[in-house]
Amino acid sequence: MSTNPEAGSGTDPGPSPVLSVRDLRVRIGQSSILQGVGFDVAPTGTTALLGRNGVGKTTTVRAVLGLLPEGGEVTGGTVRLDGADVTGHRTHTVVRRGVGYVPEDRGVFGSLTVAENLALAERGSGPHHYDLVHDLFPELKTRRGQRAGTLSGGQQQMVALARALLNDNRLVIVDEPTKGLAPRVVTEVAEVLRRAAERVPVLLVEQNLAVVRRLARDAVVLDAGRTVHTGDAAALLTDRELTTSLLGVGRHERPGQAGGQPGEQSGEQSGEQGQREHATKETTP
Amino acid sequence: MTTSPASPAAAPSSSGERPASTATGPAGTTGPAARSARRWRGLLAPAAVLAALALLPYSALEIPVLLDGPVNSPGSLQLLALCLVFGGLALGYDLMFGRTGLLSFGHALYVAGGAYGTQLAMTELGLGLFPAIGLALAGGTAAAVLLGAVSLRGLALGGIGFAMVTLAFAQAGSIWVQRNPGGLTGGEEGLPLHTDGVPAALVGVENTANVYWLALAYLALTAAVVWTAVARPVGRVWQGIRDNEQRVSVLGYDPFRHKLGVFVLASALGVLGGALHLLVTAGATPRSSTPEFTLTLLVMVVLGGSGTRWGPLIGGVLFTFLDQRLAVLASSDLVHGLPGALRAPLSEPMVILGTLFVIAVYAAPGGIASIRRSLTWRRGEETR
Amino acid sequence: MSTLVLLTLTGLGLGALYFLIASGLALIFGLMDVLNFAHGAFLTVSAYAAWRTAETVGGTGGLALAVLVGTATGALLAIVVELVLIRRLYGRPREQILVTVGLSLAIPALVQAVWGADSRPFPVPDALSGTVSVLGAQVPVSRFVLIAVALAVLAAVTLFLSRTRYGLIVRAGVEDRAMVTALGIDVTRAFTLVFAIGGALAGLAGVLGGLYFGSLSPHQGTSLLVFAFVVVVIGGMGSIPGVALSALAVGLVQQYANYYVDGYGDFAVVVLLAAVVLARPAPRLAGGVA
Repeated sequence: MSTNPEAGSGTDPGPSPVLSVRDLRVRIGQSSILQGVGFDVAPTGTTALLGRNGVGKTTTVRAVLGLLPEGGEVTGGTVRLDGADVTGHRTHTVVRRGVGYVPEDRGVFGSLTVAENLALAERGSGPHHYDLVHDLFPELKTRRGQRAGTLSGGQQQMVALARALLNDNRLVIVDEPTKGLAPRVVTEVAEVLRRAAERVPVLLVEQNLAVVRRLARDAVVLDAGRTVHTGDAAALLTDRELTTSLLGVGRHERPGQAGGQPGEQSGEQSGEQGQREHATKETTP
Repeated sequence: MTTSPASPAAAPSSSGERPASTATGPAGTTGPAARSARRWRGLLAPAAVLAALALLPYSALEIPVLLDGPVNSPGSLQLLALCLVFGGLALGYDLMFGRTGLLSFGHALYVAGGAYGTQLAMTELGLGLFPAIGLALAGGTAAAVLLGAVSLRGLALGGIGFAMVTLAFAQAGSIWVQRNPGGLTGGEEGLPLHTDGVPAALVGVENTANVYWLALAYLALTAAVVWTAVARPVGRVWQGIRDNEQRVSVLGYDPFRHKLGVFVLASALGVLGGALHLLVTAGATPRSSTPEFTLTLLVMVVLGGSGTRWGPLIGGVLFTFLDQRLAVLASSDLVHGLPGALRAPLSEPMVILGTLFVIAVYAAPGGIASIRRSLTWRRGEETR
Repeated sequence: MSTLVLLTLTGLGLGALYFLIASGLALIFGLMDVLNFAHGAFLTVSAYAAWRTAETVGGTGGLALAVLVGTATGALLAIVVELVLIRRLYGRPREQILVTVGLSLAIPALVQAVWGADSRPFPVPDALSGTVSVLGAQVPVSRFVLIAVALAVLAAVTLFLSRTRYGLIVRAGVEDRAMVTALGIDVTRAFTLVFAIGGALAGLAGVLGGLYFGSLSPHQGTSLLVFAFVVVVIGGMGSIPGVALSALAVGLVQQYANYYVDGYGDFAVVVLLAAVVLARPAPRLAGGVA
């Protein structure tokens, strides 16, 4: 993965987004789940997709990947990956353009061994970054012959992340990676995601705001199937009024409480905020 | 899983009532007067069809190609009576398949149970026809409660588990019938109708019209039961189970009891249909016990349009009619004179009907009933 | 004792036949959620193709060629059905089942129209028509052929599943098909492959069924299919070792009960099925067709 020379420069106009979603509308069965979701994922760093439960975060991710459940369909809008329209394309063709995906339930194949889970994720002729994966998750090397179904939740999450980082990807989408994990494991996962984001842009769906604060540079907030806010993540999370109204968080934790160190990222943010606020207007019809 | 791609229209109308927005124009005639008017109109069509069918034995109309003799000839009436019986059987089967989403491959067990049970109750116990039917109905219902409960446990393996367990039970019944245990079932030959137990008015070629009317009464009864049941709250629970079982249990209904209920009701209607099949064909045939028999019921329902008011009925009637007429065509000189490549498929009705069915799954996924509906739906959409 | 030996080996032969049919069904169902009712039709058509070949060529060589022709016929038929019919209905398992139901009615009827409804004798070459004496029992050679073939198929399928990339895809797809596509894998190719394997095994079963029963008829495939379904349900859908064990159990139970309980082997199988279904623990996720 080549690092983008413009990374973090924040010049205007910014580098073209790796993922660009415009006015996405999705219906599942009779109900409209998404009614106009739009945002960009910058070619570097982590973009967090936020919102209360049931506002359509996972549906957005699945619609991008063409993975909607039975009876679900994209009824409008576009999804562009590196500028190419992939709206409604079949999942494997979207993924082959360079997307790593870690689903909400981790999607680890329990009856397959760790090594088999990784082998299955090998895409094309490579290169396959086993060195990176084993560096990030030394445990997976020792447990390579173990059935993934017998691993702990945290270890399974490692397998899922390892699969997404094995290939050269243009984008990695991670859906609620810390859900149901012990606090210590949450910190570990967050650290892995931080290191991953140095190599490849990450779209992160996350409820744990401490993790978001630590990782995300940009934030997109959904409510009732629409984008209601896009902008700088740190700015959003320090604005108590916004977090209360958008995320339903009454009293959010003090900075630094659960391993979150927002300070280390805020430096590279300045100057981009105005541009990203502007994006909000674009996406609302 | 919905049974029709036109689900916005299909789901509400399957309960017999059309949502106002699709049935009426923008004027919005949704008041109570309009609703009761619609209910009357809802009764009008079945009453007219029933009256027309009831009068058929008085018609001496000749319909060349479709029928060999005039409508009121015994041959034609027997064919029509068979069509009506299958119309009723398909309608009853659709209670499970189309209305509740239960895919049973064992319905033949109850149909054969009705035919053989009625016959055996007459021959072995010396009962008259109607007490014999009553006994078969009671026995069949009890069996349905027991076997239904076991089969529904098969749902633990997904919908397929239920399908497979019902199939296995039916297969056991079919093998039992064909084994001819103790000379009871007549084996491959089946049993000729025991006419001693049957009232004289239902025996003989000259009384075919009476048998026809009885078949019509069975169809009317089945339609009344099915249409009434699905319009009641219990029908909405069935529909809920079909669409989303979890939501139903969250609402406090016991899905198992409702599924068992619909299984038993459909099986009872199947037993009655089996008794009628015995009367109309003047015998019990092992074919009515085979898995293929259930598959043809499934084909009828899907061809007509599962989960709809008239679809299964029309499907059952048309399929049976085609099956019978194609069989006649197959043995005709016309087909025998054809070259081999054409003669072979035409000499077996099931080749044509099976192929037709496969095509229909693609061309008209909602069945015959959906073709009409998709037309009205499109028109309705313009007014939105 | 000799009766028990004969019954056991006959039951194993029958179980071998069930395994050949059921393993394909289980793979197809496990991976694609398609309950393939046309599987019996694949078997029937292959059996007739093999019968024509064996009749024409004759002898042991004829049988060997018949095995090839039958297997190829089954595979080819399955591939055509998957590519032309099943593929268009991807994501609509109910319609897929309905299409196979239509085929299961039409194809045997067509076979019946061409070759007649009566069963035909299947030419068994002299080398296989004899018996072997095992512990005092005279066991037909064909039983051993069936058992050997089934063991070889079991080994081959196991190797395919555990050692090849497509086997890996199939095993993962049985567990979570959507996730396989989310790793960038075109799972529809695995569908065609699995259908072809299932069809080939059904074709092989058609030829061996001809040997086992010594005859073939248009509806032979359909009636074998019902028991293969039972085997799949008992064995757990999508698990090859489970299917192998279950095929063994069903074949043996059927033979023993047929002899010791006076021809009630088929009932014993259904009772076994009901017992397994009732004993099965709490419902898994109710998905699929209902």
